Amino acid sequence: MTEILFKDINTPNLASIDVYEKTLDGYKALKKAFAMEPDEVVEMVKASGLRGRGGAGFPTGLKWSFLAKDVFPRYLACNADESEPGTCKDRELIMKNPHLLIEGMILCSYACRIETGYNYMRGEFWEYEPVMEKAMEEAYAKGYLGKNILGSGFNLDIHTHMGAGAYICGEESALLTSLEGYRGEPRLKPPFPAVEGLYGKPTIVNNVETLCALPYIVRNGAEAYAAIGTEKSKGTKLVSVSGHVNKPGNYEIPLGTPTIDLIEKYAGGIRNGNKLKAFIPGGSSVPMLPASQADVPYDYESLQAAGTMLGSGALIVMDDTTNVVVEALVLTHFYMHESCGKCTPCREGTRWMYQILSDIITRKGKPEQVELLNDICDNMAFKCFCPLGDAAVAPIVSSIQYFPEDYEDLIASLKSEQPVGTH
Amino acid sequence: MFAFTEASETRIVKILAKYPEERKVSALLPLLTLAQAQEGYITPEAMVDIGKRLDVSPAYVESVCTFYTMYYTKPVGKYVVKFCINISCHLNGCDNLLEYTEKKLGIKEGETTPDKKFTLLKEECLAACCEAPVMQVNNKYHVNMTPEKVDQILESYQ
Repeated sequence: MTEILFKDINTPNLASIDVYEKTLDGYKALKKAFAMEPDEVVEMVKASGLRGRGGAGFPTGLKWSFLAKDVFPRYLACNADESEPGTCKDRELIMKNPHLLIEGMILCSYACRIETGYNYMRGEFWEYEPVMEKAMEEAYAKGYLGKNILGSGFNLDIHTHMGAGAYICGEESALLTSLEGYRGEPRLKPPFPAVEGLYGKPTIVNNVETLCALPYIVRNGAEAYAAIGTEKSKGTKLVSVSGHVNKPGNYEIPLGTPTIDLIEKYAGGIRNGNKLKAFIPGGSSVPMLPASQADVPYDYESLQAAGTMLGSGALIVMDDTTNVVVEALVLTHFYMHESCGKCTPCREGTRWMYQILSDIITRKGKPEQVELLNDICDNMAFKCFCPLGDAAVAPIVSSIQYFPEDYEDLIASLKSEQPVGTH
Repeated sequence: MFAFTEASETRIVKILAKYPEERKVSALLPLLTLAQAQEGYITPEAMVDIGKRLDVSPAYVESVCTFYTMYYTKPVGKYVVKFCINISCHLNGCDNLLEYTEKKLGIKEGETTPDKKFTLLKEECLAACCEAPVMQVNNKYHVNMTPEKVDQILESYQ
């Protein structure tokens, strides 16, 4: 088993700097990086094939190379606003191994010539703010943060910044808007953050897991990282397996591992001896797939070819007792609640879809409403201001595509009085 | 009247130092969080105070405050009990747990007990999906919840 991000993750007191240094060669990557030119580190990360682990999967080194030339100051914003339903990997990294993230933030900042970084953590991670703060204090005390780090002449300050409950702030431009003290609404792109980001300055926004992969890459070289995974999906990925499995948990896999192995071998199979019905491979914002496709390799290209996405790496598993319309309703409630209200298709569309699904669940639905749902989805997909609108249609379109019988069951049995259980 | 405590004032100096001087409005969320920690909710007076410190209007403070779900603009109970109702928790029976807790506390979701001890709320995904179902009490995580654990935990918050 290849472990990069979760290596020795359950070591007692790994969150303390001494244990981190001793167990994981912690902060050893800094010296190696400082002996290189910043641009060489960028090239190294490009060569490693590392892609953004927050959801979009954009090549990390390439993102860094888009920074506006010679414009300073530049900023780093670590995206720790983990809130994609099904995803809980960043929380485990922060809770158990905060120094890995700090080391990753230092490496990214050095490569990108950044002297100020913010770690934007979702407000609900209130318990972990002191964990992060303590780790940062230790790093300052050892001279890994602050002025002239390890005599390199490189300066870096990082700060934690807590959100306050808004899913949309995980979208990178909304995260920056929120960090500036506004309502967390997304901005029009371009300009991309690398050109005009925080306070109008060039900014890198990277996910926690992406940054946590950097110490390994710098210590062991791009080739070592690129040797793991598939031809185009390099390295390892943390996958949060949740739902109807015996051993839900965060598992680190080499990209390209069959999805069925994640369900059967890692997560101990379906609970209660039931059968797999459907799975959402990459968090609630990607289309679900039926059990018949469970052998799809878990990597960016294979999941895309199957009509879905790897997303944030959250595998949500549903057994054959599930009516997927109910779960589509749960997710639609979420998107309705989290729509920031800035653009009409998302604000109105999510609400309308929620009303229709509620009708269907309470057996007041009409057959033509399924077609209407598809029509609304068609009018939202790629027509919203930010990806939240696209995300909202994924569970609905895919559940209609693969499980029309679940809709028909609810619509055909109009006589039955018993509503299907949901909140 | 609202006034930040001395301890809060010390924190505020540290918070403001994180952001460029001309961008101090970045401190808005941290200051709202601090005010709520002190008062239990964000009072109109706190919004005026924070606005003055950051050179923005109280209306602006309110517009930001009401965007984020973690801020309360009305009084809540001493303990705010939140249940995640998103998909992984739903697949693991959060509906039954919420119903159980409503009965136990004698209130509906969104309400506060008459003795002002507990407020019960639904919450969207709390990023602890592999330990579903999940409950938070005053932002502290409680995972792998069962009715028995609800009993034990609520009794510990007295």
